[in-house]
Amino acid sequence: MHQAPQRAFFIALKASLKKATAMTAHQTITAPEAADTEMMSGAEIVVRSLLDQGVEVLFGYPGGAVLPIYDALFAEPRLRHILVRHEQGATHAAEGYARSTGKPGVVLVTSGPGATNAVTGIVDALMDSIPLVVITGQVATHLIGTDAFQECDTIGITRSITKHNYLVKNVDDLPRIMHEAFHIATSGRPGPVVIDIPKDVQFGKAAYQGPQAVTHAHDYRPQVKGDAGRIAEAVTLIAQSRRPILYTGGGVINAGPRASALLREFAELTGAPVTSTLMGLGAFPAADPKWLGMLGMHGSYEANHAMHDCDVMVALGARFDDRVTGRLDAFAPTSRKIHVDIDASSIGKNVRCDVGIVGDAASVLEDMIAAWKAMRLSVDKTALAEWWKQIEVWRARDCFAYTPDSKLIKPQQAVERLYHHAKDKDVYITTEVGQHQMWAAQYFRFEDPNRWMTSGGLGTMGYGLPAAVGVQIAHPDSLVIDIAGDASVQMTMQEMATAIQYDLPIKIFILNNEWMGMVRQWQQLLHGERYSHSYSESLPDFVKMAEAFGAVGLRAEHPGELDDKIAEMISVRRPVLFDCRVTKEENCFPMIPSGKAHNEMILAQEARDLGSIIDDAGKRLV
Amino acid sequence: MPDPQPASVYDLDHKAEVENLATFAVLVDNEPGVLHRLVGLFAARGYNIESLTVAETDRNAHTSRVTIVTRGTPHVLGQIEAQLEKMVSTRHVQDVTRDPNGLERELALVKVKSLGAERVEALRVADIFRARVIDTTHESFVFEITGAPNKIDKFAELMRPLGLVELSRTGVLSITRGADAL
Ligand SMILES: Cc1cc2nc3c(=O)[nH]c(=O)nc-3n(C[C@H](O)[C@H](O)[C@H](O)COP(=O)(O)OP(=O)(O)OC[C@H]3O[C@@H](n4cnc5c(N)ncnc54)[C@H](O)[C@@H]3O)c2cc1C
Ligand SMILES: Cc1ncc(C[n+]2csc(CCOP(=O)(O)OP(=O)(O)O)c2C)c(N)n1
Ligand SMILES: [Mg+2]
Repeated sequence: MHQAPQRAFFIALKASLKKATAMTAHQTITAPEAADTEMMSGAEIVVRSLLDQGVEVLFGYPGGAVLPIYDALFAEPRLRHILVRHEQGATHAAEGYARSTGKPGVVLVTSGPGATNAVTGIVDALMDSIPLVVITGQVATHLIGTDAFQECDTIGITRSITKHNYLVKNVDDLPRIMHEAFHIATSGRPGPVVIDIPKDVQFGKAAYQGPQAVTHAHDYRPQVKGDAGRIAEAVTLIAQSRRPILYTGGGVINAGPRASALLREFAELTGAPVTSTLMGLGAFPAADPKWLGMLGMHGSYEANHAMHDCDVMVALGARFDDRVTGRLDAFAPTSRKIHVDIDASSIGKNVRCDVGIVGDAASVLEDMIAAWKAMRLSVDKTALAEWWKQIEVWRARDCFAYTPDSKLIKPQQAVERLYHHAKDKDVYITTEVGQHQMWAAQYFRFEDPNRWMTSGGLGTMGYGLPAAVGVQIAHPDSLVIDIAGDASVQMTMQEMATAIQYDLPIKIFILNNEWMGMVRQWQQLLHGERYSHSYSESLPDFVKMAEAFGAVGLRAEHPGELDDKIAEMISVRRPVLFDCRVTKEENCFPMIPSGKAHNEMILAQEARDLGSIIDDAGKRLV
Repeated sequence: MPDPQPASVYDLDHKAEVENLATFAVLVDNEPGVLHRLVGLFAARGYNIESLTVAETDRNAHTSRVTIVTRGTPHVLGQIEAQLEKMVSTRHVQDVTRDPNGLERELALVKVKSLGAERVEALRVADIFRARVIDTTHESFVFEITGAPNKIDKFAELMRPLGLVELSRTGVLSITRGADAL
């Protein structure tokens, strides 16, 4: 049988996998093991396992099928339960909590509609590699399959949207499943795990076992350490390069703050420019001169041109998403590619690579740095200087320039001013999905990991507000801002009530253009300006709405009042809905038109007639 | 055939690649839903399943063995293998087709309805293929045959003009020669 290189790579990879020692990254708080043989109810086992896993907060919503667990929570002061207003809100809040802390997010919902409402957030977590443990109630085992009240096939519905899921049929299995779920959610490529617990199992009694005492049914030990031979190969390739680039992604955030620190060290060592996906912002400081900004469809001119022209690309925890690569056959055509990813199936999936390294970004970076030093490698200084000269030419295009207006607030300006007021604070940013999300990525600058929470893979409108709730729970004294769109924010607006209930001073900064701006932009550029159902003819009065919730409502309509209003928003210690009226028909640029290459991106100044730039094949892409 | 190291490397025109059959042996934790997850993985990604067999192989270790025959370009087969490996319930994946020591066997039950010379010929062919007669009437035989899948294909092909009326196959099972175990 003919073996294409990707396949040959995978085969070699498997061989190296077998040899490597497997480790896991998950940490658990050691349980008081003396109590390990205690008899408990299933509901008590759930609560006890959460405590032993170091869980402090869970996001949930009660209902018939989880009442025993809620009963066990009633008497448990060590677990903080945050009552959301919709189960989707619970999942996004848990995601925000997880992304901003590096810990797993925990969700508790009832059967049937509780579980189905949680589905969107579960998929979101799968796509963005966020560790969640979602506990769903289920009808009693003897009723399963009878169309019982609020029964649904949760395990069937969530099978393809979870990293793993469980239906607990026997209470004796519950301690093992609870602890195993945390191990699976947090180790390797993180993701959501669902545990569906029938009501009779919650009432049943079993002997509790702590995290150290349980025997896992699954031999799940993802590869953490990268293959030494491939690492040596990779650093040699980098040392020989003339035009290197580091392309980093969400995996560097997943790998923890140590990975970000090592990334900085490695960039310093090699002098290579650094770009990142939407999901990886913050892993490398925006203040560093080596930072090129985000790449991809709405990335910077310099980042995309450098990607296109590089000769060695180092992809670290990034998955070559279509928003990033543009036209695949014209993606960095002259480059050799090194791909570091903890998930072997990411390597070679969309783009073939020359050196694939399966492992944790932090561990591999550490080994790469050690190898670089041990092999006494150095870069070609003249070539690198030449490369930087070229990059500075691209940078000089100033691709994010825009023309302010004297009467109206430009959305870019709004984010820029917001950044100005927030940058010296201990700030966390979440977003909804649309143009505002891209402007946030372009105009807000991040110096540290875990500060930026956005829905990248699924692109879920309504993510940002509940995510801000979760972030604020984890960081009560920090400034937490959701950069929102007028349409998105209405999808999970009800969580304002949660913010009020728990006294969470989240700031919802709405770039209100009255449009589903991102949809309008595509309709303008690709569908002959036929604006089919993308204008919100009716919007709520966001200021009154804030007041109705018991929050603070602010509005800015003119550039002159923007600064004062933002300062006011930041200074009040209460939740704020900020209605920032911006120009209605602004488009988000730069943009790589669908089906085009990185070096065919268009800037705002050139964006007259996109319809003629994008060909028919491009129009068919999303 | 794609150039293994083309100058402009990343032509990912998988359409131009040839599709091959591949047999994967997968050792999985035997728990409810594991087969559904595996089949769902194939369905969700548009991979083909040509045949699938599954049974518990070790009660104490809670493991089942799945043998799955699929078809795809080398790139797709690489992804299938990686995706199978990625399932939490997976213990081992082996590409039997690629392994020079790979053995594949299938069992088939073949009903042939014929009279006279055709009936005699059917019996003669069965003998050559070492198929056993496990049921007979005056006008029919049921043969049991085991062998590599292409042997069974061949047998069925020869039986068709001789009155083949029904064919039941187990799907492929596999193991490797030698002392090493999966
Ligand atoms: C409207 C809209 C526009 C967008 N435009 C852009 C754009 O212009 N540019 C852009 O970049 N994105 C954009 N996106 C986001 C895009 O859809 C993808 O979500 C994003 O590009 C994926 O980021 P990533 O490659 O970093 O992968 P992630 O989804 O963050 O995946 C992480 C990768 O790292 C691996 N990994 C996980 N943990 C580790 C570890 N410990 N060590 C090593 N590897 C690990 C995983 O296996 C995975 O392969 C847009 C999204 C929306 C909604
Ligand atoms: C739940 C959901 N439905 C639909 C979409 C498709 N979509 C992407 S962006 C967008 C418009 C967002 O509008 P708004 O929140 O006002 O943001 P803007 O683009 O105007 O900044 C839509 C409808 C989506 N991403 N998510
Ligand atoms: Mg809008």
